Amino acid sequence: MAGRKLRGIKVPHKKNTADKGPKRMPVPPMVCVPMSMHIGAPAKPIVKAGDEVKVGQLIAEAGGFVSSPIHSGVSGKVKKVEDILLSSGQKAPAVFIETDGEQAISEDIAPPEVHDFKSFIEAVRQSGVVGLGGAGFPTSVKLNVADTSKIEAIVINGAECEPYITSDTRTMIDEAQSVADGIELLKKYLNAKNIIIGIEKNKPDCIKNFNKMFKGDESVRVAALPSVYPQGAEKVLIYNTTGKIVPEGKLPIDVGVIVINCTTLAAIEKYIRTGLPLYEKCITVDGSAVKNPENIIVPIGTAVKDVFEFCGGFSKEPKKVLYGGPMMGIAVPDLDQPVLKNTNALLAFSEGEAQLPKESPCIKCGRCIASCPLKLSPVDIETAYKLSCPEDLEALKLNLCMECGCCSYVCPANRHLVQTNKLGKAMLRSYQALKKAAKEEEK
Amino acid sequence: MSQMIVSVSPHFKDKTSTQSIMRDVLIALFPALVAAYLIFGWRSLLVTAVCVVSCVGSEWLYEKLMGKPNTISDLSAAVTGVLLAYNLPVGIPLWQAVIGSLVAIIVVKQLFGGLGQNFANPAITARIVMLLAFSGTMTTWVFPDAVSSATTLSILKGEGSGSLPALKDMFLGLRGGSLGETSALALLIGGAYLLIRRVISWHTPVAFVGTVFILTLLLGKQPEYQLMSGGLLLGAFFMATDYSSTPSTNSGRLIFGIGCGLITVLIRVWGNYPEGVSFSILLMNILTPYISKLTRPRPLGGAKI
Repeated sequence: MAGRKLRGIKVPHKKNTADKGPKRMPVPPMVCVPMSMHIGAPAKPIVKAGDEVKVGQLIAEAGGFVSSPIHSGVSGKVKKVEDILLSSGQKAPAVFIETDGEQAISEDIAPPEVHDFKSFIEAVRQSGVVGLGGAGFPTSVKLNVADTSKIEAIVINGAECEPYITSDTRTMIDEAQSVADGIELLKKYLNAKNIIIGIEKNKPDCIKNFNKMFKGDESVRVAALPSVYPQGAEKVLIYNTTGKIVPEGKLPIDVGVIVINCTTLAAIEKYIRTGLPLYEKCITVDGSAVKNPENIIVPIGTAVKDVFEFCGGFSKEPKKVLYGGPMMGIAVPDLDQPVLKNTNALLAFSEGEAQLPKESPCIKCGRCIASCPLKLSPVDIETAYKLSCPEDLEALKLNLCMECGCCSYVCPANRHLVQTNKLGKAMLRSYQALKKAAKEEEK
Repeated sequence: MSQMIVSVSPHFKDKTSTQSIMRDVLIALFPALVAAYLIFGWRSLLVTAVCVVSCVGSEWLYEKLMGKPNTISDLSAAVTGVLLAYNLPVGIPLWQAVIGSLVAIIVVKQLFGGLGQNFANPAITARIVMLLAFSGTMTTWVFPDAVSSATTLSILKGEGSGSLPALKDMFLGLRGGSLGETSALALLIGGAYLLIRRVISWHTPVAFVGTVFILTLLLGKQPEYQLMSGGLLLGAFFMATDYSSTPSTNSGRLIFGIGCGLITVLIRVWGNYPEGVSFSILLMNILTPYISKLTRPRPLGGAKI
């Protein structure tokens, strides 16, 4: 158990929808399912214009080892398959499906055969589940460890530290049994003997509930964590629950830990129990411009504008719409963008909150250093970047930065520190590539 | 559908701004202004007003002439003006106060790149320049009781004649000295406000004042008087905590404070000047980049290269 907890910051929780159980939204007339909703190679579409599809039907195969298959969340007819520009700036093919409103379930749906580690990993792969906390990393790749005896702890991430978002909270309430059964699967197939459910103290019901469910189970414990942002960040959560530090350039499994988001786990359990893959998502819809904040279940690929419309539309003109929370969320350029696998919230803000205050000179107050959970020095990183010193960026360990946003949040001069860190990483990458090439030439 | 604003996360921002921080510093300096008025009369307000107006005015003018964006609304120039005034004797000729202000803002702050770029504290440096340039008027003290003729520091050093004021008078500020430095009570109220508002951390003032206390205790130099004499409290809470000229890490702030305390005692006990607070801060300002670098936190999981 970790002694001292890592630093972070206090942000307003704004969990307005924590008590709102999910509503199911009527199927929209059209969905647009992008082939790139995960980290890794885009999926390869296996349907073409004119094909009939049903709910749960495979519409795209994994495009490589680090990739994920994609299933339809609606029944209807494929209208077209064409490239779209995603909010991440990436261009990817997308399958457009005209819905028929029947929501007929595909005949292929059947629970998979799972009897050992290998078949479990294969099932996770077929489920189309990726990191639903927001990262979108294919879960089967993460769980496919070479030697399960190396796993010292599995941490179930229920910290959900971003303001506004309550979709994980709802999973832990509405699908508590699914999460619990998922934990049993991890015990069985990953041979996990030490499972820690990390939940922030601002969700006391979830803590109480899991404590009750796992009473007397030596291998599972609930860690009640301070409600400090970014408690749910992988490295922070690992440190605060196990005391382990993930070294630079290494993965959690290198220190014997796997972190899995509670909603991700519930989705895997659901697939193994019922054969229903990941084709719909519970998302939190909130923000100052939204009329009726809600948690709603939508088919993946539903247009952002349809979701807002279902929530009563806008109370004020929206100027900024986010996938995810305000600390790490991605700004959506237009409202035709679809809901993705790893979308856990849609937030809309009006003019006042959409515009960030203007930058002013750094006053060297040190708040960014004090706020960084990974103990980086953003002020020095900014200076090194401005002076174009990649050597300094390397020495300052810029690559450790997870872009959680604490430094920018606390900066009284409104410096765009996260943005600088992103640019600095690009500078550091090209420097390190050059260094590597020079070294090879020497040989 | 209209285009949305797209920017890099985070999309949320804490309310604290440079301006709100400087406003807090001005609020924290206010009790000392009230004390100065009560102790030294209306001229203390006049000197403060002249310093603030010349600091803000020279910043505005410099930026105008240089075609730089106008930054007077961040209130940092006003803070410098108040701090400089607090470091001057109440009888200072006003034209000298204006020159001091110009040195602080133009030479020490703007020529080094403006807010956040200056390596030395503008008010402290201007005070030292004035002490050397106008040594007569800068050491002509006004005594509230009309009996004393030497500052407590001269008496403590064995140079001045007369007796030390009662500790209670020292605490309230009824002693000779610069116009804003005498009232320990007012400065402690201001310091507490800055700590509560988290504008400053406790590290610098505690290390600074603590070091002076321990060293003078060991040297048998009446630590209780040392703490409330000269500009120690004003320096420890308001000048040694200036962001841009002091370390930005808490461990660095501890080292900075200890260094300030050490130099202050060395000057007070063995130096040629009765007071050493401003010199100590200026000397430590010079070491700041090194202290910051040495005390930079070790990134979590950072590999050695």
